[in-house]
Amino acid sequence: MAQTPLLTLDRVSKSFGPVQVITDVTVDVHAGKVQVLLGENGAGKSTLIKMMSGIHQPDGGRILVDGAEVSLPTVTAAERLGIATIHQELNLVGSLSVAENVMMGRIPTRFGLVDRKTLRRQAEAALAVIGLDVDVDTPVGELGIARQQLVEIAKALSVEARILILDEPTAALTRHETEALFRVVADLRARGVGMLFISHHLDEIAEIGDTVAVLRDGHFVAEVPASTPEDELVRLMVGRSIEEQYPTGSAVVDRADPVLRVEHLTAAGRFQDVSFDVHAGEIVGISGLVGAGRTELVRAIAGADGYDSGTVTVRGRKLGKGSVAGAIRAGIGHVPEDRKGQGLVLGASVNDNLGYATLASSARGGLVDFAGQKQRAEQVAARLRIRMHDIEQPIGSLSGGNQQKAVFGRWILAGSSVLLLDEPTRGVDVGAKVEIYELVNAITEAGGAVVMVSSELPEVLGMSDRILVMRDGRIAGELDGADATEDAVMTLAARDVPDTEADAA
Amino acid sequence: MSSTTVKAPNRSSSFTKFLANNGALVGLVVLCIALFIATPDFLTGRNILNIGIQVSTVAVLAFGVTFVIVAGGIDLSVGSVAALSAMVSAWFFATAGLPGWLALVGGLVAGLVTGVVNGLASAYGKLPSFIATLAMLSVARGLTLVLSDGKPVPTSPQVSFLGGDIGPVPVPIIVLVVAALIASFILNRTVIGRSMYAVGGNAEAARLSGLPVKRIVVVVFGLSGLFAALAGLLLAGRLDSAQPQAASGYELDAIASVVIGGASLAGGVGRISGTFIGALVLVVIRNGLNLLNVSSFWQQVVIGLVIAVAVGFDVLRRKTRSS
Repeated sequence: MAQTPLLTLDRVSKSFGPVQVITDVTVDVHAGKVQVLLGENGAGKSTLIKMMSGIHQPDGGRILVDGAEVSLPTVTAAERLGIATIHQELNLVGSLSVAENVMMGRIPTRFGLVDRKTLRRQAEAALAVIGLDVDVDTPVGELGIARQQLVEIAKALSVEARILILDEPTAALTRHETEALFRVVADLRARGVGMLFISHHLDEIAEIGDTVAVLRDGHFVAEVPASTPEDELVRLMVGRSIEEQYPTGSAVVDRADPVLRVEHLTAAGRFQDVSFDVHAGEIVGISGLVGAGRTELVRAIAGADGYDSGTVTVRGRKLGKGSVAGAIRAGIGHVPEDRKGQGLVLGASVNDNLGYATLASSARGGLVDFAGQKQRAEQVAARLRIRMHDIEQPIGSLSGGNQQKAVFGRWILAGSSVLLLDEPTRGVDVGAKVEIYELVNAITEAGGAVVMVSSELPEVLGMSDRILVMRDGRIAGELDGADATEDAVMTLAARDVPDTEADAA
Repeated sequence: MSSTTVKAPNRSSSFTKFLANNGALVGLVVLCIALFIATPDFLTGRNILNIGIQVSTVAVLAFGVTFVIVAGGIDLSVGSVAALSAMVSAWFFATAGLPGWLALVGGLVAGLVTGVVNGLASAYGKLPSFIATLAMLSVARGLTLVLSDGKPVPTSPQVSFLGGDIGPVPVPIIVLVVAALIASFILNRTVIGRSMYAVGGNAEAARLSGLPVKRIVVVVFGLSGLFAALAGLLLAGRLDSAQPQAASGYELDAIASVVIGGASLAGGVGRISGTFIGALVLVVIRNGLNLLNVSSFWQQVVIGLVIAVAVGFDVLRRKTRSS
C-alpha cells in the first residue's frame, strides 16, 4: 500500500540555454523516509534540488506536494509548503547570533524592539528539538561547520518543514560529527519528516537511507533500496564498474631520498613540534579530527602562513617561512581545502586559473605568453580529462570534480614535485576521484612526493604509504599504510571527547 | 534524447544578450543619435573637439581608477591627487624655480608617490581601500591648499602645452589616446595587469598561487596616482594654472565611468575600452544637456539616473550569464 509521497517531481525536465540538464526525471520523498539522491557531479542533482526549493522552475513535468500539483515560483513558495533546503553553502550570517539566525525573518518584537527574552527562548526550543547544546547568543561564525549545519537544520524545523533536503551535509564533517548528524536524521525520521539526502559517500547510504534514486547525465536510472551493494550503486551511477576505488600505483619509495623534511615545526596555538620526512615516490596521509592542526600544518609548509620555529627543507634547501613564492620555486604545489574560497578565481576562465602559478615564470619581458600558456593549459586539461565546453569558459561553471582537477593542473603546469593536498576529493564525484588518485600515483611514479590531508578514512587508508595521525597540534603517531586500520587511526586521533567540544572553525 | 542536446536559444533572446553585454556602447550610440536629432549644434566639429577635451580629463582619471577597481579596491582620492599633483608641479616651477620640464615630471612623481602611500596603507596597513583613500582625499586636498595658500599658482610652459593645441588637434586628446593605449597595454598584455584580475577575483587564491598580492596592490594604487597626476596636469594646463579646488568631486565621475563601462565593484572584471566609453557617456550627456540649455542642477539628476541604469544593465548581464 503506497502512501502518498510528501513531495514528487514527476517527469521533470530542465535546460539552460542549449544544454539539457535534466530529462524526464521522477523522484519522490515519503514521510519518515530518507531518499538518497546519488549521481556523479554533472548528473543534475544540484539542479533537481533547486527545482524542489523554488530556485529554478522545470521546463516540463510537474511538482506535486501531498499528491496535489503545485508551482514553486520562489523560495518562499517552497518554504510555505514545508520544503526546507540545507545547501552545501550554508545560509547563515556569521556575525549574528545563533538565536538571530534560527529566527531570521521571524524575530519576535515588543513595542517595535527586539524581544530578546522570547528570541532566546524560541531559539533554545528549536535547538532542543535536535539536541544541539550551544549558547544561543554565540555568533554563528564562531561555531565549527558541523554545528553551523545543525543550526540550519534547527532553523528549518522551526518553520515546520515537513520535507528536508540535505545537500552533501557530510562533505565537511568528520566521522564523529557525521554520526551526530545521523542521530538527528533518525530522530526526524521517527517524527515523520521526509528527507532527501545527497551524498557521494557510498558507505553512508546503507546507514542512513531507505531508498536510493540514481541519476546519470540528467536522466533517471533507477530507484533501488539503500541496502544495494556499493559496487552495484557505482555501476548504476557511472555506467561501468570500477574495479578498484583506490588504484595502487607502481611508484617505488626511495627511502634514501627525503624530498621534504619538516623538523620541529611549531606555531603557537596551531601545531607543536611536528617533524616528519616524505620520500620520493611516497604518499604520506595525515589524519586527525577537525581542529587537530592538519590544515594549519600544511599551510605553514606551503608558505601560506608563517610559523614560530622549526625548519622546512625541500631537497636539501631550507625554505623561508611565510613565502608562497619560495615554496613554489622549491617545487611545492598546494591544493587548498576550500577550492572555491582559496583555490580558484571563479569568474576567471579555466585557462586563466590553470596559469596563475606560471604567469610570471612563463612571461617574456614582463609580457604574458598568451599563446604558450593556452597551449600548455589545453594540454594539461586534456591529460586530466577536464570536462568543459571551452578552455575560456568561466571555471565557476565546471563541476566540483573538474574544478579540483584544474587546481591540480595548475601545479602540474608549474612542474611541482611535492604536492600538499588538503581534502583533495571533497565534493568530487566517484569518477573524478579515481582520476585524481591516478594523477597522484602518476606524480609519485615520476619521483614526486605527496602529502595528503584527508578526513575520509577509506581514502587515507587506501592511498597512503604511511599515515601520520595528528591530535591537538601534535603528531600522535605514525602507521604503516599497508596494515593500518580505521580503529588504529581513530584511537590515535581522539581521546574521549564530549559532543560539545569546541572545534576550530 | 542524448545527454547534451543543443536546443534552440533560451528565453533571453540574443538581442537582449547583446544589449546586456554592450550596454554602455549601445547607450552611447543611442544618446548621440538622440542629441543629433535634438540639436544641430551637437555634431559640429567644434563641439566634438570640446567633448574630446572634456573627456580627456575624466577618462585619464578613470583609467587609473580602472586598475584599482579591477584589483578589487576603490580609490576615492583621485580628484584630490589630481589637484595636488598639479599644484606640486606648479609649486616646483613658480616657487622652487625648477626648470619647467622637471616641474612636469615632479607633478607626475607626486601623484605616483601619493598613490603608493594609498597602496601601502591598503596592502600592509590592512586598511580597507575605501578608508585609506577616503583619508587621502582629505589629506591631499589639504596639502594642495597648504601649498597654494588657497590661491591659484601658474603652471610651467610644459604643463600649459599639455592643455594647448598642435595645429588643429588639441593636445589633451593626444594625451588621452596615448594614455588609453598604455593603460590598455598594461592591463591586457603584462603579467602585472593580468595579475590584477586574479587579485580582484580572489585575492587569497591569487596569493596561494604565488602571485605577490601586496606588491600588486601597491603598484595598482601607484598607477592610479600616476594617472590622476596626468589628469590633474591636463586640467591645469588648460587653465595655465593649478587651482586649489581643481578636480573637486571628479573621483565620482571617474568611478561612474568605470562602472558604466562594465567593471564590477567586487573586482576581477573591467576593461580600459569600457571605461573610455563610460567616460564618453558622462561627458556627452553633460555636453548635450548644456546645448539644450538644461540647468546644471537637473544635469546632476540625470547623471545619477544614468549611473543607476548602467549598474542595472550590469546586474542584468550577470544574471543572463549565470542562468
